[in-house]
Amino acid sequence: MKKLKLNITVNGQKHTLKIDPNLRLLDLLRENLHLTGTKEGCGIGECGACTVILDGRAVNSCLILAGQCEGREITTIEGVTPEDGLSPLQQSFLDNGAVQCGFCTPGMILSARALLDHNPTPTEAEIREAISGNLCRCTGYTQIVEAIQAVADGREEQQGSL
Amino acid sequence: MNQNPEIIGTSPKRVDVREKVTGAARYGSDLKMEGMLYAKVKHAEYPHAKILSVKTGRAKKLKGVAAVATAADVPGNPAFGAIIIDNQPIAGDKVRYLGDAVAVVAAETEAIAEKAVSLIKVKYKELPGLFDPRDALKPDAPLIHEDGNLIVHHKTRRGDIEAGFAAADRVIERSYSVQRVDHAYIEPEVVVAYFEPDGTLVVKGSHQSIFNIRSAVSGVMGLPLSKVRIVQASLGGSFGGKDDVMSVLSCRAGILAQQTGRPVMLSNSREDSLIESYKRHPYFMDYKVGVKNDGTITAMEIKMVADGGAYASMTQFVTWRSVVHATGPYRVPHVKTDVYGVYTNNTYTGAFRGFGSPQITFAYESLMDEIAEELGMEPLEFRRINILHDNDITATGQILDHTVSVGQALDVTTSASGWEEKRARFPKENSGRIMKRGIGLACSYRGVALGAEGVDATGATVRIHSDGSVDVATGLVEMGQGLKTIFSQIVAAELGIPIDKIQYRPTDTSLIVDGGPTVASRSTIMGGSAVKKAAIGVRERLFQAVSEKLDVAPEDLIAADEKIMLKNDPSRSVAFLEAIALALETGLNLSCFGWHLSPPIWWDEEAGKGDAYFTYVYACQIAEVEVDPETGKVNVVEVWAAHDVGKAINPDTVRGQIYGGVATAIGYGLLEDVEMVDGVTKTMNMDEYLIPTAMDVGKINAIILENYDKYGPYGAKSIAEPTAELCAPAIANAVYHATGKRIRDLPLNLERIVLGHKLIKKKRRVR
Repeated sequence: MKKLKLNITVNGQKHTLKIDPNLRLLDLLRENLHLTGTKEGCGIGECGACTVILDGRAVNSCLILAGQCEGREITTIEGVTPEDGLSPLQQSFLDNGAVQCGFCTPGMILSARALLDHNPTPTEAEIREAISGNLCRCTGYTQIVEAIQAVADGREEQQGSL
Repeated sequence: MNQNPEIIGTSPKRVDVREKVTGAARYGSDLKMEGMLYAKVKHAEYPHAKILSVKTGRAKKLKGVAAVATAADVPGNPAFGAIIIDNQPIAGDKVRYLGDAVAVVAAETEAIAEKAVSLIKVKYKELPGLFDPRDALKPDAPLIHEDGNLIVHHKTRRGDIEAGFAAADRVIERSYSVQRVDHAYIEPEVVVAYFEPDGTLVVKGSHQSIFNIRSAVSGVMGLPLSKVRIVQASLGGSFGGKDDVMSVLSCRAGILAQQTGRPVMLSNSREDSLIESYKRHPYFMDYKVGVKNDGTITAMEIKMVADGGAYASMTQFVTWRSVVHATGPYRVPHVKTDVYGVYTNNTYTGAFRGFGSPQITFAYESLMDEIAEELGMEPLEFRRINILHDNDITATGQILDHTVSVGQALDVTTSASGWEEKRARFPKENSGRIMKRGIGLACSYRGVALGAEGVDATGATVRIHSDGSVDVATGLVEMGQGLKTIFSQIVAAELGIPIDKIQYRPTDTSLIVDGGPTVASRSTIMGGSAVKKAAIGVRERLFQAVSEKLDVAPEDLIAADEKIMLKNDPSRSVAFLEAIALALETGLNLSCFGWHLSPPIWWDEEAGKGDAYFTYVYACQIAEVEVDPETGKVNVVEVWAAHDVGKAINPDTVRGQIYGGVATAIGYGLLEDVEMVDGVTKTMNMDEYLIPTAMDVGKINAIILENYDKYGPYGAKSIAEPTAELCAPAIANAVYHATGKRIRDLPLNLERIVLGHKLIKKKRRVR
């Protein structure tokens, strides 16, 4: 298979890579760049565990070919984690008991961040809709919604960017 | 004495979550190793067939293939199992469901392994398949296993069933059924297997009950238990689902690691998981109930058939829990219950949060509403007449010598939900509106821990280090429920130190003795008791050292605020660190092992009676729904869930359990169904197997009841499973209240609400 040349920015860092044309963005992140915080749960864009932010929008990285990301910017869970400490959303998930097994958590946090970047004061219904593409089997979503709401309401201390 | 009680009953931050919110936590699929191979499975092509030949030559010749293994390569026992040894990680003589493996491949990449699988050619002689457990019980049915299709028959007998019906004014008969459902943990199953230089097989992965898996791997690999190490990675959800299937994956990867001398990763796709992993048992349930006109139940005769699928797995235990609890939390003087677990050629069934209770709770709680209506009573009124109270006798003849709180649970949920007012108001309002509102309830009782189905004991080690840091190890596992945090709180309470001083050690079978499985909502009550004993044991050694220094009796000391102090005069104290130094100087061992054995209980299988569990928990859930009669869509508007947990050691995690269990039960009630037609799974991924999203789960009000239990640490009992057994019947009763349609089969999906029956897909989707 002929390799493709790809220029991509991941978590603020520019990469130039030679990739297979059939490589999924999810595999590029996990296998080539070792960013394993992005998870795979279904491979067909239903569970949302592989959610990343692509040019400001939350997307399922299992449904996007790496080759489609030429010149584009990706943010993964590793990219929202400050050098020391946690982002307000991460802290709020911790404070509100929003994490049980944690497998959906990175994707859930990125969907929440994409929502808050576009709509800093969402209603509960808007929060539920924004994370409706992220399945969670442990929490019944209640504490996740509360955690996102707490950041939106400014109850969770702002430590730098969302 | 409880040293630092303030941390018990609070919700400190969970100790395992920081790495989960940053994405740093390492789950099974993140465990890459140098030189690692990837495995794929050649699955059966018929649900029931004799294997005539397996041709692997072309697969073996493919470039990049390191090994192809068949049943002939299994080094030890061909099968494993909890009681019946019937589950073959690689099938030899015949296949019994489509999730069976006939061969496994290890290759340099997953793509090569997949290609190799497609080159394996298998010849079969197809055998007639059995897909309904009631057919499998017929005398002329073909045999799936040599010893017959009946896995188990359990019974409960109390009083004189004929006299019970003779005393009744009416006899009411109803039948119910429930479907096959999948755990749908978001992380599919995965293992990495490799050999240490000393010949120890290590299998890391998404394991639940590590000692059960070790036992299976040891047998199938022909290795002593001491040469098998099962190590749990961060676990992406389990709910009872990552036991037998993990044994299967571990054996398959172990065989390939042995053949190649290299690490092997075997990870299931979601499709593999839906086809291969065990499910919750479908049940067919027939109830016959005698009642007096005043609402008193006189007798219950119950027959149930559970579909065990191709392998026995936990069927004996699941159906035993059903036979014990089948009458619900009610006084029933005359009882005759029979439960049959049966082999079929469907995907096998086993443990899933609830373990034989979500099925029966749907039946008996739907039934309570139906009987109430026949008698012209309100569902609440009818239940109040019959519910169990303190010192009542259960269907199995057990006297309940603890606080029986089902009445309290009914009181608080009905009051919090505005039950009486809504029951009266909704029917009046519904006639004038399109969307119909309804409210329904369900209550239950549940035996805590394993019960008389087996010996129940577990252990923990607490170690204090010279720098004041402390670690704790148990054989029970974190799967998201919060066990590491609860156990750390207990150690912090008993040693009088902050929780951040405590490290939870990895879950690894080589670190600690077999403490049984992490199941049956037993971790807090059993594991918590063992942790408490270990912490007290090590604390006593600190007290011994300090008592000499302060010249006081050890029993006059307490540990609090990082000090060991005199109970009556806290000014006389020694800092925790100094106490450690004193103890170490005198040669005391600051590591202590605690072992906890459950109180005595018994079961007479022949007589069908016994003291089945050493204590019980009680609960009530109410669901308010809105039904669109045109589309059949049911919205769960709000849920009230009251659960007696004895004592909430960490209220946030209790609430988390309630929210999650309710959501799972909403899926069971409305959406989820692993559809199988003639042994073929029709729901192949999460686009067809629908679990609730954030938009399908309404507001949930978690209500924690606390009635101290003498057998639990700090009075704590359990939570996990009862949360998932109530909402489906509460929804069914609410749908009836809204629409007048009584649906006796789950799930209450669109077609059942509108058409009254389910629709089945005929065409098989290509994998």
